[in-house]
Amino acid sequence: MMKITVCIGSSCHLKGSREVVEGLQKLISERGLKDSIELAGTFCLGQCQTGVNVLIGEERFSVTPDTVTEFFEKDVLPRIK
Amino acid sequence: MRKFDTKVQYLKYKVLRAVAKHAWKGDLLEKVVDIPKEIIPGGTPTMRCCIYKERAILAERVKIAMGGDKSNPNVIEVIDIACDECPASGYQVSDACRGCLAHRCEDVCPKDAITFDAQHKAHIDKAKCINCGRCAQACQYSAIINRKRPCENACKIKAISMADTGEAKIDNNKCISCGACVYQCPFGAISDKSFILNVIDIINKSDDNSKYKVYAVVAPSIASNFTYAKLGQVITGIEKLGFFHVVEAALGADMVAYSESKELAEKGFLTSSCCPAFVDYVHKSFPKMVQHVSHNLSPAATIAKYIKETDPKCKIVFIGPCTAKKMEFQLEHVRPYIDSVITFEELQALFDSRDIDITTLEEGVLDNASYYGRIFARSGGLSDAVAQGLKEHGLTDFELKAVPCDGIEQCRTALLKAQAGKPDGNFIEGMACVGGCIGGAGCLTHEAKNKADVDKYGRQAMEKTISDAISVYNIGKDN
Repeated sequence: MMKITVCIGSSCHLKGSREVVEGLQKLISERGLKDSIELAGTFCLGQCQTGVNVLIGEERFSVTPDTVTEFFEKDVLPRIK
Repeated sequence: MRKFDTKVQYLKYKVLRAVAKHAWKGDLLEKVVDIPKEIIPGGTPTMRCCIYKERAILAERVKIAMGGDKSNPNVIEVIDIACDECPASGYQVSDACRGCLAHRCEDVCPKDAITFDAQHKAHIDKAKCINCGRCAQACQYSAIINRKRPCENACKIKAISMADTGEAKIDNNKCISCGACVYQCPFGAISDKSFILNVIDIINKSDDNSKYKVYAVVAPSIASNFTYAKLGQVITGIEKLGFFHVVEAALGADMVAYSESKELAEKGFLTSSCCPAFVDYVHKSFPKMVQHVSHNLSPAATIAKYIKETDPKCKIVFIGPCTAKKMEFQLEHVRPYIDSVITFEELQALFDSRDIDITTLEEGVLDNASYYGRIFARSGGLSDAVAQGLKEHGLTDFELKAVPCDGIEQCRTALLKAQAGKPDGNFIEGMACVGGCIGGAGCLTHEAKNKADVDKYGRQAMEKTISDAISVYNIGKDN
């Protein structure tokens, strides 16, 4: 099971973490990946400049509401075993 | 720069600041006995009969700043030697009595306690007087005054009385730790115990947030405190003290409003559970009503629980206006989530103990909650949020009749009526402090514009609905 953690701290929230979460939820459900991906929230990853910060496992990525789909295709899908 | 309402608050702050300064430095144990002398170096006494009494009282304040009397479970404590033992003779006829002919005072007295001397001046027979106050209302010269102690007057649940030895005494079986007496005593003889040392210890042991992370959960009434700086600067200041991140308790309030509105529609009648002093009041004075108290944790405990779910090793400190929160966090069902509590007064002392001038800092950000979560800080806000919650649940058939109560007297009236089966509505919003949390004893200031400050802060929230604000909370739950 892959764990994706989205930062929902104040700074990332202002940069659109809610839209990122909603985008990921939609993509996960559309692709029928509910059993392979666990989505979680966290408060602040200490990298506020590069928000919205998203972790796949321990690896950090910078995502915006506009790049959610790109992130999902490029970084999430290939990592699913 | 004026930071506090009264000189009593300022004195308490100076003690807290000195204790914190030595605690950060690590020399508190050696220096603790010197703190009274640091604050009152000598010269003419400015507060009491002599500097020695002033220093003796300060030594007691230092103890309270360091956690106070451990054998007393209440966080509100009387400093016996600071109590001025104010005269408490009840209703008395003053010099302003003109010896008139009308004798309205005599006519309204239900106990025939009023007599007149040879100069026609009124006298009250204390053996008969029941302190009903009708004579005082009747006198057209306002010549009859009520000499009541400010602490007893502040305590609307009547938990304060006079000890045999003359000083104020708190009945812990009645006290709800709201702190009204703390703010009202003109001699600063009643104080809330401080957990600042506990907080400094949590921060120090985190080793710069590497061993575990320290989160601050701040109450929405922060908007009406620290108004000499920008809110973002306060957030940066909190992080500079060593906190990893600051989260709004108002997000917890959004979560509470969402779930409480549903609970209300299911049960049909409810009282709020946000205010720990109100909840304690129901438990102590209206045990039959306990079943109607909402099952939600308070907003602070709700958000703390969520943060602990995302980061189980972390420590959480609540920073707010409230002295009753210092009791709440010790409750068995809250203890796992909130590790310590300090007030805004204490936060100011912590800033200055580290010489952090927040007005010079960059602005950080604080944005998690919606408008509705943020207005919990003032009376009526919770009711507005529950109305919105019902709307967002689509529970439009349920007609909300909110009874917003601020101050214990209004709470008592609403609870008495509800207990008698004749409630004024179906949702009692109970807030122990007048005005709501913005009137809390641990606020820096208590001013009329504070409500406007909170509403403005509410409007600045990025999220406009409760559902949007809490959607992040449901991550992983509906997925």
